[in-house]
Amino acid sequence: MSNTPKTLFEKIWEQHVVVEPKGEPTVLYIDLQLVHEVTSAQAFEGLRLAGRKVRRPDRTIATVDHNVPTTIEGRLNITDPIAATQISTLRQNCKEAGIEFYDIDSPKQGVVHVIGPEQGFTKPGMTIVCGDSHTSTHGAFGALAFGVGTSEAEHVLATQTLPQSKAKTFRISVEGELPKGVTAKDIILAIIGEIGTDGATGYAVEYAGSAIRALSMEGRMTVCNMSIEAGARAGMIAPDEKTFAYLKGRPYAPKGADWDKAVEEWKKLPSDAGAKYDRELTIDATKLAPYVSWGTSPGMVAPVTSPVPDPASQKTEIDRKNLAKALEYMGLAAGTDMRTVPVDVVFIGSCTNGRIEDMRAAAKIAKGYKVASTVKAIVVPGSQLVKAEAEKEGLDKIFREAGFEWREPGCSMCLAMNADMLQPGERSASTSNRNFEGRQGRAGRTHLVSPEMAAAAAIKGHFVDIRNWEVKA
Amino acid sequence: MEKFKTLTSVPTPLDRTNVDTDQIIPKQFLKRIERTGYEDFLFFDWRQTPNGKPIADFVLNDARFKGSKILVAGKNFACGSSREHAVWALSDYGFRVVIAPTFADIFYSNAGKNGIVLIKLSEEQVDQLLKNAQTIPGYQLTVSLEEQTVKDGRGFEAKFEFDAFRKYCLTEGLDDIGLTLRHAAALDGFEKQHDQAGWLRVR
Repeated sequence: MSNTPKTLFEKIWEQHVVVEPKGEPTVLYIDLQLVHEVTSAQAFEGLRLAGRKVRRPDRTIATVDHNVPTTIEGRLNITDPIAATQISTLRQNCKEAGIEFYDIDSPKQGVVHVIGPEQGFTKPGMTIVCGDSHTSTHGAFGALAFGVGTSEAEHVLATQTLPQSKAKTFRISVEGELPKGVTAKDIILAIIGEIGTDGATGYAVEYAGSAIRALSMEGRMTVCNMSIEAGARAGMIAPDEKTFAYLKGRPYAPKGADWDKAVEEWKKLPSDAGAKYDRELTIDATKLAPYVSWGTSPGMVAPVTSPVPDPASQKTEIDRKNLAKALEYMGLAAGTDMRTVPVDVVFIGSCTNGRIEDMRAAAKIAKGYKVASTVKAIVVPGSQLVKAEAEKEGLDKIFREAGFEWREPGCSMCLAMNADMLQPGERSASTSNRNFEGRQGRAGRTHLVSPEMAAAAAIKGHFVDIRNWEVKA
Repeated sequence: MEKFKTLTSVPTPLDRTNVDTDQIIPKQFLKRIERTGYEDFLFFDWRQTPNGKPIADFVLNDARFKGSKILVAGKNFACGSSREHAVWALSDYGFRVVIAPTFADIFYSNAGKNGIVLIKLSEEQVDQLLKNAQTIPGYQLTVSLEEQTVKDGRGFEAKFEFDAFRKYCLTEGLDDIGLTLRHAAALDGFEKQHDQAGWLRVR
């Protein structure tokens, strides 16, 4: 081995190379596969048809999140027979294969990308996959984590490996102190707005810089979570003392002497000084603002104070057409001040912003206020543990008193596979990750924002600049 | 996996960029546990009104493109969700080839596992194909994976880059898991060592 300085990505990659057959993709070992109900049934079925077994059930964890109802009554009796079958199929598959499964009534159930870290399954240096594009969330711990399709999920179940071509590396440094009211969500929305939804295609992104170091683990997860929205294969952040402090004492974190040994190894992971990246970008954190998406792709975002852009301002015909189509779908005119746009529904939750810190941030804004009479607002904690902790802190009470609904954990209105969805023409302020056409319900209009911005929009009935919010004690 | 060598078909022009997998197949069809039968759900919301009436100006409802096996689309095709159902829907509908300037990474992997050939041409070339497909009656394209060419027999001829190993798998119709299991001994050896690394253990 040479002494060439290496990136975090390269170090993890090298530790997981099983074999590099000439002229073929590398066979990469996968430490952990997370499984949920929506993308797994066909993978298990594929194994059965080929007479194959799950190679490492101990390196596999499953839960239900995508299609589960978020009301108590809904969970006791799932009325959608196709969704119910999908859940019972996963239950049966896990039982047959000996895979640990957090069922709908488990106190550990939750969104797959929330429970991995909170249980301590997610660890620095690991390779992690899941049949879900937001698997990059786990990269916040200095893991190489990426989303896969069902065939790849089957491949990992059968072999605990994946054939992979090495991604290029892209370091995005966010430097300086974030202004008041500007959050991790705004950092990642700003990045996607800057580089575009295909700006990082083919790259593993490493987020670095003082603004990233200053983020909590929850904030780092929010940033890594949306890497896929810029097209990135993975998003990651070097582990540091905050990472170790978050992990220590978690149920599946190493204990005693194993812990000390683990920390020693994890400390070797950060990129070496002088390591080369294929691409670099620096963002000035001090210039960032609270963002709102105005269009039908996560790259269509702007600071809340910026007017909705004019298609005529675009350089190419195809861009003008795309922008006009997006505005037509969103029911917005060019030049509109986003702070005047009313919302019908507010959704606080998802793998992007469904963690305890997000609940606290939204509750802080909501405290002492009332949700506008024109708005339906729901808060969906990311997991049962997040829900329990929030209730211990009295956050549920703050939300309920303000007029928010306090729900059971799941993906909920992020992708609207369950009953939580927008009606045609309804407009939402949402802490989720995608504002695609129909994402939250056919003809629904989604605006992506931080938890603080979402809570404020619920109260005022329209978007506001959170920097001017009066927090009540 | 079905082998792929050459294919001639009328191309379907989908003149949009950043087409996401939520459009290719909306979420309500992801609850099924089957791997086939997704053809009617392809571009569901663009294809029909909420009442189930076909939307006349959407390309899939244009009689000229009936039976098409080649889809031509704008850049960053199939971005967003990892749902392999997007590939199954395209495949079940009859598409074997998608031509675009760029594709999203996860979709690229998923397509390869299902015998769908993704061809990257320049934005200018794709624009030309979109225009030709819309304006020339009876327009046909021939895709040869062996030669790595796209031709229309009337002057359009493009060479494309294609990963050599992916080409080998597609032309031979090889199963990925089987390919990996050729390395079973190496995997057993690696795994034994790797399991010793306590800091990378799941539990």
